[in-house]
Amino acid sequence: MTAATPAEKLGAKPAHVPNRKARADVNALKTRERGIWAANRYLILRRLSQALVVALFLTGPLFGVWIARGTLASSMTLDMLPLTDPLMLAQMLAAGHWPEGLALIGGAIVALFYALVSGRAYCAWVCPINPVTDLAHWTRQKLGIQSKGWQPRKETRYFVLGMVLATAAATGTIAWELVNPITIAFRAVVFGATAGLTIVIGVFLFDLVVARRGWCSHLCPVGAFYGLVGSKALLKISAVNRTACDDCMDCFAVCPEPHVITPALRGAPAGASPIVAARDCTTCGRCIDVCSQDVFRFTHRFDPRTTDPAPAVTPTREAV
Amino acid sequence: MSSQPQKPAGLMTPDRRKFLENAARGVAACAAVGALLATHAEQSQALPVQALRPPGALPEKDFLAACVRCGLCVRACPYDTLKLASLGVDHVATGTPFFVARKVPCEMCDDVPCVGACPTGALDHAVKKIDQAHMGTAVLVDEENCLNFLGLRCDVCYRVCPAIDKAITLEKESNTRTKKHARLIPTVHAEFCTGCGKCEKSCVLTEAAIKVLPLKTARGELGAHYRLGWEEYKKHNGPLVDGIIDLPDRAPDMVAPPAAPAPGDPAPFKPLDLNGGFKP
Repeated sequence: MTAATPAEKLGAKPAHVPNRKARADVNALKTRERGIWAANRYLILRRLSQALVVALFLTGPLFGVWIARGTLASSMTLDMLPLTDPLMLAQMLAAGHWPEGLALIGGAIVALFYALVSGRAYCAWVCPINPVTDLAHWTRQKLGIQSKGWQPRKETRYFVLGMVLATAAATGTIAWELVNPITIAFRAVVFGATAGLTIVIGVFLFDLVVARRGWCSHLCPVGAFYGLVGSKALLKISAVNRTACDDCMDCFAVCPEPHVITPALRGAPAGASPIVAARDCTTCGRCIDVCSQDVFRFTHRFDPRTTDPAPAVTPTREAV
Repeated sequence: MSSQPQKPAGLMTPDRRKFLENAARGVAACAAVGALLATHAEQSQALPVQALRPPGALPEKDFLAACVRCGLCVRACPYDTLKLASLGVDHVATGTPFFVARKVPCEMCDDVPCVGACPTGALDHAVKKIDQAHMGTAVLVDEENCLNFLGLRCDVCYRVCPAIDKAITLEKESNTRTKKHARLIPTVHAEFCTGCGKCEKSCVLTEAAIKVLPLKTARGELGAHYRLGWEEYKKHNGPLVDGIIDLPDRAPDMVAPPAAPAPGDPAPFKPLDLNGGFKP
């Protein structure tokens, strides 16, 4: 089977196919017109969010001002808000330990938050590995690496998640935590356990050399877990202005989970909802940033609005 | 069998076959990786002998099921005693808290803040007072180099022990080398030893002669069926089993069995009994 681009699969308008380079230049120009802020708004906000999470844990050890103690695995904020990673709880239960203490409450708070807001917002807005794999992707592009490398199947991450829980049950210990790059990276920064950075470098190299978007979008069991938690979450991205799409493919190029875009963006003929409903969507908002046609916006999952043409109405270009 | 005879039934459909193939592949790959991870996990249960868990830590295997490696105990420790194990460096399960007594011992906070901070009970919340903790037990491992054993008065381990005269006592012995001095032997009573490690930390030798060892390594255990006759005698105010015959003392012909001292006889001379002298 020959590899078809998403555009070919969906019968993109042929007029747009030929000169990728020229189109890239046009879009770069458009981006420049929109300004650095508009073209990178959510990227900047996300980096700030990720930095803020680490900063909340670092003010204590660095300046003696304690805001959050602990790590992403379990923490205590301002001595009153306990938070615990629900996947950690699940592993603990699989390993055969019933928690006493605040872990259950903390786990419930975190699970509820991501279940309501957006499961994989954890990946895009909180996880310390995200900047690492984003950097690997950016480096790939700078080096002009075209090959996608090894691309595990879409269900692989759930197998890995199953493996994580099964290993906990089989060994009676939280085995995954011995190698989990997320918590190792976080501890490296917050507790100075810097030897753990070797495994972070491993993830970077894996994404750079072995598999495009390999870790976060194909293998990570934590992302798979939060995706499941947020299956019915409220915060969604909508291709509300999809009629304005000029098939430049920028959103597909920048999206860490490009398959989530298609049903919403190309669903107009089938009358499909413009909501990017797939649980793999990390709600990173990068598609909103890069779209020169302002197709996407943040909204809630029950928002059916589109600018799909009622016949004879030209699509508008409302500001978000 | 099938109502649609044109379609191959059940397992034979290409979709089904493809699905099973992929599922099998995924399961097999994950089983392989999982087996590696499990092996690593099993090996990680071996704690280096000098690495001690915080107060109230569950037995190692249960601890590794319960500890989420959050570091809240480390943050609660006012003396920076506890550390989180770094990947591949400390040879302690990645991210779990531990301390090395010879570097920084446990200062034995009365209210055990590290246990209170633990969100999962990996540090047993039943431990409310530090005296209840058994992080390990001190063992005077090197009698050949311990200064007190050599006949000197070092006593440092005894002096620094937060449970002085309970967890460590000095037991008098005759110094058989000089034949005229006493040796004061530091003696650990594990029942009272919390395993804080202050003795190991302050041992004046280049390499400590007294060390805190994990309980599993340091202690024996009587079988559950063992009864100590003299304890049982006290408890029951008499022998545990009625009708046990107290056999007469026997001795070879040329040795006279010890006679009971007659009332008024002077106490027998005991050269090694130094009681009544200076008490440290």
